[in-house]
Amino acid sequence: MQTLLEVQDLTKIYTQGGMLARVNVTATDRVSFDIKPAEIFTLAGESGCGKTTTAKMIMGFEKPTTGAIRHKGRPQGPNEKVWRTEGVQAIFQDPFATFNPLRTVDRYFFETIGNYKLAKGRKAAIALIDQKLQAVGLSYAEFAGKYPSEFSGGQLQRISIARALLTDPSLLIADEPVSMVDASLRMSIVNLFKRLRDEFGVSVLYITHDLATAYYVSDRVAIMFRGTIVEMGTVEEVLMAPKHPYTQLLRDSIPEADPQRRWQGKVKLSDLDQGEYLHQGCRFAGRCPQVMPVCRQAEPPDLQVDGALVKCYLYGEEKP
Amino acid sequence: MENTILRTEALKAYYVLDLYGKSKVVKAVNDVDLAIKENEIYGIAGESGCGKSTLLKTLVAAVEPPLRVVGGRVTYRVAGTEVDVATLSAEEKRRLRLEFIAYVPQGSMSVLNPVTRIRDTYRDFIESHSSGQQQQATYELAKEHLTELGLPVTILDAYPHQLSGGMRQRVTIALATLLKPRIIIGDEPTTALDVVVQRGVVQLLKEIQATLRNTIILVTHDMGVHANVADRIGIMYAGKIVEEGTTERIFGDPQHPYTKYLINSLPKFGDKTPRGSVPGSPPSLADLPSGCPFHPRCPHVKTICKSEMPPSLRLADGHRVACWLVEDGVAGSNQPIAQGSGKGTHANVA
Repeated sequence: MQTLLEVQDLTKIYTQGGMLARVNVTATDRVSFDIKPAEIFTLAGESGCGKTTTAKMIMGFEKPTTGAIRHKGRPQGPNEKVWRTEGVQAIFQDPFATFNPLRTVDRYFFETIGNYKLAKGRKAAIALIDQKLQAVGLSYAEFAGKYPSEFSGGQLQRISIARALLTDPSLLIADEPVSMVDASLRMSIVNLFKRLRDEFGVSVLYITHDLATAYYVSDRVAIMFRGTIVEMGTVEEVLMAPKHPYTQLLRDSIPEADPQRRWQGKVKLSDLDQGEYLHQGCRFAGRCPQVMPVCRQAEPPDLQVDGALVKCYLYGEEKP
Repeated sequence: MENTILRTEALKAYYVLDLYGKSKVVKAVNDVDLAIKENEIYGIAGESGCGKSTLLKTLVAAVEPPLRVVGGRVTYRVAGTEVDVATLSAEEKRRLRLEFIAYVPQGSMSVLNPVTRIRDTYRDFIESHSSGQQQQATYELAKEHLTELGLPVTILDAYPHQLSGGMRQRVTIALATLLKPRIIIGDEPTTALDVVVQRGVVQLLKEIQATLRNTIILVTHDMGVHANVADRIGIMYAGKIVEEGTTERIFGDPQHPYTKYLINSLPKFGDKTPRGSVPGSPPSLADLPSGCPFHPRCPHVKTICKSEMPPSLRLADGHRVACWLVEDGVAGSNQPIAQGSGKGTHANVA
């Protein structure tokens, strides 16, 4: 088996406004990638680039306008429950919003077990819960009967991962799992993904805007910009030697924890978000330092450069 | 010191709550000594719930019940004379805000009024400090100010929702600097922003600091931002400044075990060696552990750490640290912390 999840030409168009002033916003535009078994794949980009929309479509929360999603070769069917039991589970951004503050956290576990008929009897259920909690570094004893407010953000996020693991998923979709967790506890979550991959063979679709943790944890990375993947490849290729001007800008903008290496030069920001979605041609053309006339006319093709996929005219055969 | 613009001495600010006859004291700011110099960027780092935001509230004298300043004082140096903030009247405090000290909050969407144009927000700000101006004059002033900062003038006619997150945050910074304050306090001004936008916002703050030659107090938990902009950094843990020093010293030669963890846990490009988090969880400020508040999570804990708070020890170059290990010269050898070997006791999670 080579691919676990296959995403092909995924397009989602949201319609804004009423009858007369209708605007179509393309949230994702022909997004294609695949995830291999036991691989951490990162989808990175700034807010509004379509990474969460992509995740929602894979989870089955949104219907794609066009395109196909296949898990182990089987297409995403109308039955959401089958999709989940077969192994796509999600972890969300804010661990405090994931759990109802008035319910004890163990009830979520028993509910999931009940819904998917994962264990017979309470004893078997507790054994299963304990096993999954051990995998994330917690135990049933320190967790039973407690409310979400009794845990720290890092612990809650680990509990949320343990709950996702109940159905033995082959793929975890983690949408910004560390952005609400304290800096001092962040690495414990990221290290957990590594452990899940190495020990249990779980693949993770890691969605983030934090390229430093993306580099640390993932095998392959795709950089999204305004709905399209502009660069995709292994982390070494994409993050250590970025080719697309946008990836280069992203890479340069990460504040490095080294006072000897401060930012040099200035950046240009877009004033209004919406404009960039509606650009003709390359959507980065308005801010690109190496912009050419052709960039404003037609969308650049996907090019293979040193094993990475780059969507930019700079690497084309015939340079205009 | 002559050029100290803002000073706190043994500042203690607690939230005093009365719950069903039982009083609960949250020690959010506990014995903080700061001396912030003129024309510097001072960074305060720490995880959420360590009292950073409360410290800022006491610095701008926005202390309202249940928050109370129970000890110590905050002094500003306004036009050459020291002013104790506690002695100021409400009117005097209002005057000092924006003209002397300005505050840039975190969530820019909840700061700007969503139903008025940016222009009207500008007018509100200007009129609150200089009454009797003509509407046209305030508009001209706002335009001039935005041009100075290199922001497009067209945004004055926009509503907040029409602007991107980064632009909104830059508008709030522009508003805060309207009256050219001597001190700008930024409470996580870049936290909710993307990296490229964050860089743009930090760039704007630095430009303002360079032209106005004023002081910026920057609070963020992102050590990368601190490394990029701060001149000096204070590391806050459980209501105390546990370590303070120049950016070079903090990153090059951290002394406190907590600082070491913070810096060692940061992922770096081109380096995939496993990195650990600080073990355990942050303590509750309502129920602090005895002695050094970090001792339940510290890998080098000793008996004295559990009973007594270490004093602030002065090292070279204005570097100071509150840790018993440094006192004994154990951590002074700069030995690396064994990753993940700490005691993972959950200190007062309740």
